[in-house]
Amino acid sequence: MSLAFALEAASARRGGGEVLHAASLAGRPGEVLGVVGANGAGKTTLLRVALGLQPLSGGAARLAGRDVGRLSEPARAALAAYLPQERRVGWNLPAWRVASLGAAHRPPAEARARAQAALARVGLAELAGRGVLDMSGGERGRVLLARVLAARSPLIMADEPAAGLDPDAQLLALELLREEAARGACVVLTLHDLSLAVRACDRLAVLSQGRLVADGPPREALTPAVLAEAFRLEGRIEETAAGLVVAARRRRAHDTRASASAGLSAKPAP
Amino acid sequence: MSALRLNGGLLLLLLAAMAAGLWFGETHLSAAQLQSAFTDPASPPGEILWRIRAPRTVAAAVVGAALGLAGAVMQGLLRNPLADPGVLGVSGGAGLGAALSISLGLGAFAGAVEGAALVAALVTGVVLTALAARFREPETLILFGVALSAFTGALTSLVFNFSPSPVTLAEVFSWLLGSVANRDWSDIGRELAPMAVGAGLCAYAARGLVMLSLGEETAAMSGLPMARLRAAAVAGASLLTGAAVAMAGIVGFVGLAAPHLVRAGAGADPGRVLAPSAISGALLLVLADLAARVIPTDLELKLGVVTALFGAPLFAMIAWRAARSWRG
Repeated sequence: MSLAFALEAASARRGGGEVLHAASLAGRPGEVLGVVGANGAGKTTLLRVALGLQPLSGGAARLAGRDVGRLSEPARAALAAYLPQERRVGWNLPAWRVASLGAAHRPPAEARARAQAALARVGLAELAGRGVLDMSGGERGRVLLARVLAARSPLIMADEPAAGLDPDAQLLALELLREEAARGACVVLTLHDLSLAVRACDRLAVLSQGRLVADGPPREALTPAVLAEAFRLEGRIEETAAGLVVAARRRRAHDTRASASAGLSAKPAP
Repeated sequence: MSALRLNGGLLLLLLAAMAAGLWFGETHLSAAQLQSAFTDPASPPGEILWRIRAPRTVAAAVVGAALGLAGAVMQGLLRNPLADPGVLGVSGGAGLGAALSISLGLGAFAGAVEGAALVAALVTGVVLTALAARFREPETLILFGVALSAFTGALTSLVFNFSPSPVTLAEVFSWLLGSVANRDWSDIGRELAPMAVGAGLCAYAARGLVMLSLGEETAAMSGLPMARLRAAAVAGASLLTGAAVAMAGIVGFVGLAAPHLVRAGAGADPGRVLAPSAISGALLLVLADLAARVIPTDLELKLGVVTALFGAPLFAMIAWRAARSWRG
């Protein structure tokens, strides 16, 4: 099966320092891949270099097997859709117009129909005509998600799609992204909520200080050692009636020192 | 409101204002005189109408349209409702070119000052286009614009400083205040080509502006050739502004206010605001020129003074009403 995206020993720099170190990661059609890690671990950078929005300082990035740096703009847009973390919209465009921009490459009537359908999926069909600046932050977030859904792209990269949403809308957003995977798309998302991540994702890639320290099914990726190294948390994944949850608490200062001296290694899982 | 109705309505208003621009002036023309002006363009009323009032009114309309369009493009590109054609320093550059050529005594040669203003605007525009290609964030571009404006302003002050005579000084100052009085058809004809190219570039850039309202990264992933569209927007707005300043000096507020006047009717889409902004800019400047002519003062008011005097309170009023749609 062909890969929707692939990073091969990809490194990237920002502000003089390396923020991604030789990360190798790939996503297949039909899977939901979560990228998790503490603040500043390099999650957004990983998405951006995979999409060619940020230059690599080493390694390679491919979309559907093709070097992302050599893709034309239309070719890249046909292969991937991106939901950035930034939720600011410059003008008070109506929701349907924002959503239709996801399908801007289609004829206007089709783009509008796709936008309406996507707005219905995020539960905002009634507000299609409302200006996005007259909406709450959470509603605007759902409109921007609808834009990505309207693209019907083979690869969706969503940076914190659940941020700023209420619990119900968070679950809805992840459910919709899983539906996209079910239709055959590769969905890559960054999440801060680990319990959401283990439930929503087929596979987790864990970043710690720019290095990929684990990659695999949630239970295999988020081991107590990885939780300690990547998140400074003491805990583990537990099975509950509501599904998998990450039960953890902050590590105390001496624990951190202990783990550092024990030399928790940064070996990526195969 | 549909684009056709909005643009059609604005065009009708513009034509009415231009007709008023032909009608009113320092010399009152009776109905009989107007009739003779139409039947015999070489008659004295004909001379007044076709050699003084008509080119002046058309110049006001053309300059207003250029500034309105440039303002709308700048606001869309920079995602900033306070952006105007001068925000990136092109007006300042054109003003410097004009000031320099006047103080060098080139004012005696027909078209020299206008040519210098346009060339200086183009140089500023090329610098800006290069900067826009390198720095994508609108905030960065605005900062460069502020720096360019300040620098060209400083150089213009230097020209004042070394000005050989008070007469030259007055001439430069008068030019910079902005006016379409005493413009003839050749003055207009000279600037039409750069304005047409500028308008074409802006029309090309229009489809990128709505994408930019979702941010640089979303626009970059949209499949549109954003680097080219951004360069076209900066180059187009620079050409329009430069040609407008070359034709009429520095006329403020029109480029800032015109897009706001039509936004309620045209919708928030920055690409769809362009055409109505151009028409409303033309309308505003024809009316402002009319006001400059009919307000009884010993010395005729300068166009730039009128637009600032009326434009600033008007703009504050629009800002008050539109503040809602600016939040972000």
